[in-house]
Amino acid sequence: MNTTISEKFAKNIRLKTLEMVYKAKASHVGGALSMVDLLAVLYTKILKYNPQEPRWNERDRFLLSKGHACTSLYATLALSGFFDISELNNYAQDGSIFISHVSHKIPGVELSTGSLGHALSVGCGMALAARRKNEKHRIFVLLSDGELDEGSNWEALLFAPKHKLDNLIVIIDYNKIQSLGNVKDVLDLEPLVSKLTAFNWETIEIDGHDHEQIFNALVTVPKQKEKPTAIIAHTIKGKGVDFMEDKLLWHYKSPNKDELDKAINQIEER
Amino acid sequence: MRTAFINQLIKEARNNPSIFLIVGDLGFSVVEPFAQEFPDRFLNAGVAEQNMTGIAAGLALEGYTVFTYSIGNFPTLRCMEQIRYDICYHILNVKIVAVGGGYAYGPLGASHHATEEIGMLRTIPNLTVCAPGDPVETRAVTSLITNFNGPCYLRLGKAGEPTVHKNEIEIKLGKMIPIIEGEETAILSTGAMLKYSYDYIVNNRLNWGLYSFPFIKPLDLDGLKIIVDQYEKLITIEEHQKTGGFGSAILEGYNELEESNKISRSPKLKRIAIPDQFVSVAGGQAYLRELSGVKF
Repeated sequence: MNTTISEKFAKNIRLKTLEMVYKAKASHVGGALSMVDLLAVLYTKILKYNPQEPRWNERDRFLLSKGHACTSLYATLALSGFFDISELNNYAQDGSIFISHVSHKIPGVELSTGSLGHALSVGCGMALAARRKNEKHRIFVLLSDGELDEGSNWEALLFAPKHKLDNLIVIIDYNKIQSLGNVKDVLDLEPLVSKLTAFNWETIEIDGHDHEQIFNALVTVPKQKEKPTAIIAHTIKGKGVDFMEDKLLWHYKSPNKDELDKAINQIEER
Repeated sequence: MRTAFINQLIKEARNNPSIFLIVGDLGFSVVEPFAQEFPDRFLNAGVAEQNMTGIAAGLALEGYTVFTYSIGNFPTLRCMEQIRYDICYHILNVKIVAVGGGYAYGPLGASHHATEEIGMLRTIPNLTVCAPGDPVETRAVTSLITNFNGPCYLRLGKAGEPTVHKNEIEIKLGKMIPIIEGEETAILSTGAMLKYSYDYIVNNRLNWGLYSFPFIKPLDLDGLKIIVDQYEKLITIEEHQKTGGFGSAILEGYNELEESNKISRSPKLKRIAIPDQFVSVAGGQAYLRELSGVKF
C-alpha cells in the first residue's frame, strides 16, 4: 500500500495541531499527537464521508471519545474539507465553536465528548440502530487508554459482542500515559488483548504510527462476522516531536515560541 | 401508573415506528407486551444504566424516539452525566422513565427511594420534568411526550395508584390541571400525592382548591399566577426532598412572577416535603410518608 498521501496528511495535521495549541496555550497536545496517524489513515483511506453533506446518512460515523484531544481532529476535519482551515484560528477563543473538548456544533463531529467513557455507549446505540434499520455504514469509536478506567466502557464492551455489532470498531489509542502517571502504574490495563478477546471482541494489536499496519487493520473490518472489532493501537504520547514524546508533562503544557519552532522543524524534516 | 404508561406506549408505538424502549433489566410483568409486539424496538440493556442511557443517545441520534425504563434512582442518578451531557446537551429525543417515585418502593429501603431526582434533574437545561398524578395523567403525559421532540424525564408511581380524574383529559406541555376550585387555601400537588391531597380535602369537607402539576419543568407560571391571584395560602406537597424539589420550583416561579410585577398579592406558601433526611427503617409508602412528615 502506498502511504504517501496519508503520511503527508498526518504531517499537516501535526503542524496545524501544534499551531493551535501554541496559539491558544492549550493543553492535551500529547494525546492529540498520539492519535494523528490513526486519524490520517481513517480520513484518507477508510471512512466514507461527504464534507459537503456532513450528515449524509450513508456516512461512516466516527466518534472521538477522548474529546480532550480534539485539536488534531479539528485539523483533520479542516484538511478533509468540512470547513475552511482558517476557522481554526478561532480555536479556544472567546465565543468560538471550537471548544477545547470536541464539539458536535462543528461540521463533521458526531458527538461532543470531554467527560470520558461516553462515546462507546453512544456508538453501541448507533451500531444497533444501523443493524435494526439494515443500514450498511460502520461506527468507529476512538478511545484513550486512560478512559478504560471508566466502568461505563466495560458495560459497553460487554454489550456490543452480545448484540453481534460487527459494524462497530473500537480503536484504542494506547499511548501508555494518563493524567497523573503511566497507565500501568495508575490502573494497569494488562493483559488488554486477553481481556478484550475474553469479552468476545475480535482484537488486533498494531503499531498505531505505522500507516500500513493501520490501513491493513481497518480496511478488512469486520474481521469476523457478528463480532465487533477492537484495534489496540500502540502509540507514543506526543509522537513526532522528540521532546514531547512519552512525557506526561505534555498532557498539560503548551509549547512556547521556541518549542513550537523546534517542533515544526522536526515534523517538517520527517 | 406503570401499566397505564406501558399500555399507552404500546398504543403510540403502533402508530409511530420510531418508538424504541430500552430497559435496564427491570420491568417484569410490565414491559413484556411491548417486547412481544415490537421485538425490533425493544432491548434489555442489562444492569448497566450508564450504557443504557448512552445507547439511548446513540439510537436517538439515528432517529429513534427512545424510552429508557428502570426503577427508582437507576435510570436517573446512576447515569446522571449521560443524561446531562449525552442527552440534554445534544437535545436528543430520549425519555427517561423511572418507576417508583418517592417511597413507592418503601420497604426496599433508601437505595430504592427516589426522593432527590427531581431536584437534580430540573437543573439540567433542555430537560422536561414530568410527574403525573394518577393513571389518567400518566396516559396523557406519555402520549404528549411521545409526540414532543426533546429530552424528558417521567416520574411514575408503581402499580395500583387510584384514579382521581373521572375521565380522560387533554393535557398541554407545562400546564397545570385544576382539580378542585376552592377558597382561601390551595394545594399544589405533583406526582402521586394527588390522590392523598384530593382525599384530604374531600374527607375533611374543606373548601380548598387543588391543582395538579404534572410538569415541574417547564413550570406553569401562568397557572401559578391564577392560583396566586385567587388564594390566601398555598401549600405544595411532594414525595421528594424539600430542597430543590417541586415546592422549590414553585417558590422560584413565585419569585419570578413577583420580580416581573405579574402579581400584586403575596399569599403565604408552605412546602410539605421530606425534611433533608433518609429513611432507614422498613415501611410501606403510607407509613414512610407519615414518618417523613409528607402529610397535612
